Amino acid sequence: MTGNSGSHGGHDHSHNDFQPDIKEPTENWELLEIALRELLVDKGVLSAREIQDEIEAWEKKSPEKGAEIVARAWVDEEFKARLLEDANRTIQEFGIEVEILKMVALENTPELHHVVVCTLCSCYPRPILGVPPLWYKSKQYRSRVIREPRAVLREFGTKLSDDTEIRVVDSTADCRYLVIPVRPVGTEKMTEEELAKLITRDSMIGTAQARDPIGQRS
Amino acid sequence: MKNRLISDIGGLPEGPLDLAEHEPTMTERRIDAMMMLLRAKPRSFWASDENRRTIENLEPDTYKKSEYYERWVLAMKELLLEKGILTEAEIENKLKEVRSRTEPS
Repeated sequence: MTGNSGSHGGHDHSHNDFQPDIKEPTENWELLEIALRELLVDKGVLSAREIQDEIEAWEKKSPEKGAEIVARAWVDEEFKARLLEDANRTIQEFGIEVEILKMVALENTPELHHVVVCTLCSCYPRPILGVPPLWYKSKQYRSRVIREPRAVLREFGTKLSDDTEIRVVDSTADCRYLVIPVRPVGTEKMTEEELAKLITRDSMIGTAQARDPIGQRS
Repeated sequence: MKNRLISDIGGLPEGPLDLAEHEPTMTERRIDAMMMLLRAKPRSFWASDENRRTIENLEPDTYKKSEYYERWVLAMKELLLEKGILTEAEIENKLKEVRSRTEPS
């Protein structure tokens, strides 16, 4: 078995390395995970250390990276122009490696609102937004958002003006999207750092707008 | 209506969303981590669209009933076999061993 990162030294856990507060794997697919992992480690295809490091790297990935990028776009028109022109290259300025993907930044305005989905699976800009939320991967979201985006947005508590055009973009294995939400009014004096706190994960997927700094949520 | 792939669900009628956040289990994290490691450089055993293709080729019943990461681990198994990294026999034997170890005695 792989090393246990948690320390439960005083406990008697001779038989496995799962922490006691975590559900024991019992489903067939959970056992399949154990089998594949142990085979890959035994054969030297992967190491237990690498898997653990990858899990830790995942836990560090969060929408905060995306929020930093969007906040910069809000305060720096020239940066925003470059981001819209070539997101892959521009994002590298934030130290993010965007391997093979084509990243496309889409700017929301009061007239045009973008929403991102992956109808076929769960393609998501993980390098900048972390791991996708469960609803993003759900059949309900994937099925409905392209047909009735306004109704779906309402379930998120997001109400747009009837005059706002909604454009839903479908991600693929090779092309992922980052939405630049509308900068809320009354934020002219805020610093880039303060602005970044207004930029939520959902606002960069397009299912929500950026937080209202006065604390009201529409 | 044309025959849709099992994963081609865009536009179909569905119920309300469940917006609850989900803290991934250790099993889910490991599956995710392994998948990323296997398809990333330097290994590059497969590309992410092969992952999708494999999931789309699951039995329709399996696809519908399985959890998200369940589909991933099933796809990973298929791809490991397809790329000759593991064999059916190795996996079967290992699964037997894992089962006997995890069964409450």
